[in-house]
Amino acid sequence: MRVAVLALQGAFIEHEQKLSQLKVQLFEIRQRRDLDKPFDGLIIPGGESTVQGKLLHELGLFEPLKKRIEDGLPVYGTCAGLILLAKKIENDERVHLATMDITAVRNAYGRQLGSFHTEAEFKGIGLIPMTFIRAPYMKEVSEEVDVLARVNGHIVAARQKNQLVTAFHPELNDDLSVHQYFVDMIRETSGRE
Amino acid sequence: MENNRFELNKNLAQMLKGGVIMDVTTPEQAKIAEAAGACAVMALERIPADIRAAGGVSRMSDPKMIKGIQNAVSIPVMAKCRIGHFAEAQILQAIEIDYIDESEVLSPADDKYHIDKTKFDVPFVCGAKDLGEALRRINEGASMIRTKGEPGTGDVVQAVRHMRLMQSEIRRIGSLAEDELFDTAKQLQVPYELVLYVHEHKKLPVVNFAAGGVATPADAALMMQLGAEGVFVGSGIFKSGNPEKRAAAIVKAVTNYNDAKLLAELSEDLGEAMVGINEQEIELLMAERGK
Repeated sequence: MRVAVLALQGAFIEHEQKLSQLKVQLFEIRQRRDLDKPFDGLIIPGGESTVQGKLLHELGLFEPLKKRIEDGLPVYGTCAGLILLAKKIENDERVHLATMDITAVRNAYGRQLGSFHTEAEFKGIGLIPMTFIRAPYMKEVSEEVDVLARVNGHIVAARQKNQLVTAFHPELNDDLSVHQYFVDMIRETSGRE
Repeated sequence: MENNRFELNKNLAQMLKGGVIMDVTTPEQAKIAEAAGACAVMALERIPADIRAAGGVSRMSDPKMIKGIQNAVSIPVMAKCRIGHFAEAQILQAIEIDYIDESEVLSPADDKYHIDKTKFDVPFVCGAKDLGEALRRINEGASMIRTKGEPGTGDVVQAVRHMRLMQSEIRRIGSLAEDELFDTAKQLQVPYELVLYVHEHKKLPVVNFAAGGVATPADAALMMQLGAEGVFVGSGIFKSGNPEKRAAAIVKAVTNYNDAKLLAELSEDLGEAMVGINEQEIELLMAERGK
């Protein structure tokens, strides 16, 4: 199994460290030719969605990645990654890959003073640490989407078939369970160890 | 569960990595910067090149002007306060700024003490010329570090000097025996725990950006290859011939800093770079402020 990490901007190294701890092979995608290498899953990290969304287009990555996700490539988006995958963004007319039936609210908790850390139940895993940094949440999801976690009533983790999103950053905490959950998703889809 | 502001504030800096933070003076410039791919903007009344030209005492910007920029963009907004001026910092916290830059670009308000940044909920970034300065600022509560460089000059030589010095001191501490770290802590005037962290992790405990004199995609790539985790661009963008194009090119250069072919394409037809002044031609070395 090999996982690609979108390394245009943001906290991609933290995801790479998690994958390494799980003994999963990985490589970075920074431009079009990086897509020539085979991969079984994709992580879109936290960072600024406006920056990553723009670079996806300008570096020729947008169409090929969108198509692969629509064709069933397992993908995991954290924070900005969630925004990039959302079909609708409530407080922004720009949408990006728009492959997942969710409505996201950008900077839903306000500015940096609204950032926080908590613990909450994640469906199928249990109680896990969750760090929210200028985070979004999901306001609405379609019937196709399985809600995996809520904090204060807001949806903060969800899955739609091959797509997993969290508004929080498991890559910033010691817990490996969400990355393990994604690796298991890839295993189900690709059959690769 | 308790919210550890220092951790959360370090975390925000992690989200800015691999990005470009741009100086802007108006909401219009902020929008241009956001559209060009800035991961954050620094709101200030005058860019460093103009502060340098104007001379006199330079202070925190008008909160109304900063709010105008906060309302214009969705990316994080930073603002500068004077070194040691904790009241300016309190005001910036009151308007919910995302990051405060306790900056040598403004006139220092205190020639001995920096702000006790542990007393604040909002994060601080501070400049540093070497590892000792960086760790002293972190000990005071800074959750992000940048090189000082020499702001407003378009001359990258000081940013290079500071980044090289910091990286070489990190490498040296990484190679020391553990019982030698106590003496290093004494020399750097910082707590042993911070030196131990550098020894064990071979990096600073917080994110480290390059700043000062970055004016071209090649400058940005140079700083990234020297170990910067992202880049501040001050006067280099809005003092150049074609700000939109130059800003977008620098953003792409930071993502693909190791690809010389792409950097060559990005460097084409950017119009005039900021004229700049050489280090030897200036009378005021801002990097010497606050140690």
